[in-house]
Amino acid sequence: MGAVIDIWSVPIAVLGGAIRVSTPFLFVSLGECLTEKSGRINLGLEGTLVVGAITGYAIAYEFNSAWIGVLAAGFAGCLFGALHGYLCSFQRVNDIAIGIALMLLGTGLAFFFGKPYIQPTAPRLPAIPLGFWSDIPHLKAALQINVLFPIGIAAAVLLWWAFRAARVGLIVRMAGDSADAARAMGYDVDRIRLLATVAGGFLAGIAGAYLSLYYPGSWNEGLSSGQGLMAVALVIFARWNPLACFAAALLFGGAGALGPALQSVGVSTGYYLFYAAPYVLTLCIMVLTSSRSHVLAGAPSELSITK
Amino acid sequence: MATVAERPALLSAVTPAASRTEGVLRAYGAAEVLVIPLLAILVAALLFAAFIGALGKSPVQLYQLVYTGAFGTWFSWQNTLLRAAPLLLTALCVALPAQLGMVVIGGEGALVLGGLSAAAVAIPMQGFPPALVIAVMVLAGMAAGAAWIGGAGALRAYRGVNETISSLLLSYIAIAVMNHFVEGVLRDPASLNKPSTAHIGVVNMIGVLPGTRVHWGLLIGIAACLIAWFLVKRTTFGFAGRITGGNIRAARLQGLPVERLIVIFCALGGAMAGFAGMIEVAAVHGRANASLIAGYGYTGILVAFLARQHPLAVIPVSVLLGGIAAAGGLVQRRMGLPDATMLVFQGILFVLILLSETAYGRISFLQPPAERT
Repeated sequence: MGAVIDIWSVPIAVLGGAIRVSTPFLFVSLGECLTEKSGRINLGLEGTLVVGAITGYAIAYEFNSAWIGVLAAGFAGCLFGALHGYLCSFQRVNDIAIGIALMLLGTGLAFFFGKPYIQPTAPRLPAIPLGFWSDIPHLKAALQINVLFPIGIAAAVLLWWAFRAARVGLIVRMAGDSADAARAMGYDVDRIRLLATVAGGFLAGIAGAYLSLYYPGSWNEGLSSGQGLMAVALVIFARWNPLACFAAALLFGGAGALGPALQSVGVSTGYYLFYAAPYVLTLCIMVLTSSRSHVLAGAPSELSITK
Repeated sequence: MATVAERPALLSAVTPAASRTEGVLRAYGAAEVLVIPLLAILVAALLFAAFIGALGKSPVQLYQLVYTGAFGTWFSWQNTLLRAAPLLLTALCVALPAQLGMVVIGGEGALVLGGLSAAAVAIPMQGFPPALVIAVMVLAGMAAGAAWIGGAGALRAYRGVNETISSLLLSYIAIAVMNHFVEGVLRDPASLNKPSTAHIGVVNMIGVLPGTRVHWGLLIGIAACLIAWFLVKRTTFGFAGRITGGNIRAARLQGLPVERLIVIFCALGGAMAGFAGMIEVAAVHGRANASLIAGYGYTGILVAFLARQHPLAVIPVSVLLGGIAAAGGLVQRRMGLPDATMLVFQGILFVLILLSETAYGRISFLQPPAERT
């Protein structure tokens, strides 16, 4: 019996890890997807994520409520999105470079204000025990699902529907596919992109709050390590489809959970290399899905990264 | 990304026999590229002062401390130059690919791998003549960096993979690779708290400039910037690269080997960052360990953008940002501010310098008289 559990404990831990690790990927990639659909790329979501994480943690601690923390993180994300959107509306200001700058600024601000919050413990976000039917403790632990996970799925479905059928979704897509067409219809393209970046920042901020308030569930300076950036690659892989973003986030979560899962059963050789698995996976996916000769299906044609 | 468009040079090409006008245009162009970044730095400094002031600290005291800590004494000058040395090289890792319109941000990884490779080849070479060991270390460091960033360039050239994202991903992978080796086969069993490789040997260390604490890496970095400037601005190879950056279709029509140029420029940039890692190991730490992950790669991005990707401008900007970094410790101790304080300033500065791109051609007193309207 013990041997059976040993064999299964790695895939179960990867499954549980995939669900746990994928939630921030899901939120950031949905935010990035929304921003990119409007024709702009925000590489600064990495910074937004860290800012969201510390804002969420600090506010949750001060007000003793994880949910107020999540909202505050979303709000901080909005501010960062607004900054990105506003700066990019100037002539000759490059959205990719601004993203790198905001990555640096966001990290700096988060570390600056985060110093006093490394020690104290903030309330954590609640989880739903979906594994109640099982007797296996591993499976029970794996199916502890945070409430933000179903909310993220709902957001993915909502976005998917909006890009297909809702007026606001179609306007965003038009701004991303042809700024000239949108202008001809009387829409202010810069404003649409600003709002799309703000909304994208909101989602990325929530992803940050998940990191600090649920998993790993504390604030430290190494909290985010490229999730915000990997989300950009993830969105390309998902061909700008919110539902595919969800599937891709699960895949990335699984890759991220591989290292800890193997370590938990005592595999320690190549421990650090397994930690690099999500980055290697992202890179492989980018190599496989990019193309030099033709435009990617589903890509917003105004997007600088695919030109 | 089309960076520095050389407007005066283009204008002068269509006006023959008007060397005086050309001179005037050049002067205005030079004034513009000098004044606008300085204004951006000034505005960033004012914004940062407001930020510090809003926290109830004195911005005046802060800037006094920055000046003292960076340039106030010979002691602080040496600290500044020590920090400028790697920045010169990591900035080239951004500025060289930028000539072709690429934004490479993975210098940190190339530096880390360069340092690791340099240590890895030096350790089994104990007892060989130091000059030989150092030469092999340089080659190993540069090769590792060149392979890493050149790889990102090759993915761009042959697969269309965005080099900004791929180079940063490669950077995370590089750090994982270093941890793997430093905690594994290359680990010195005596290094308990901070896993490190064995020492490369005191005789194999690069020395300091006579009468200073500053190592030779500073002069190497300055020489690299001069060579990069000559390569980019004065050779056909560099010209071919700049054509590719200006208009890739025109470059293809001219029959330029666009793909090969992309890979070579990226590899050269990566080699510079790898060299920086080798110097950090051979002149500062003596071993490869997590101290290599000091953010020089990321600050190098800011240096390159502040220098507007010009290899010569990288030199003063590296000294400036090296000074700001060197003053960080003093500011933190005296004013009780967190260590991320200077990171906030760098972020504000980065945003302002990018925003200043929009000012070119718009500030009327910086435009040549004929162009004013």
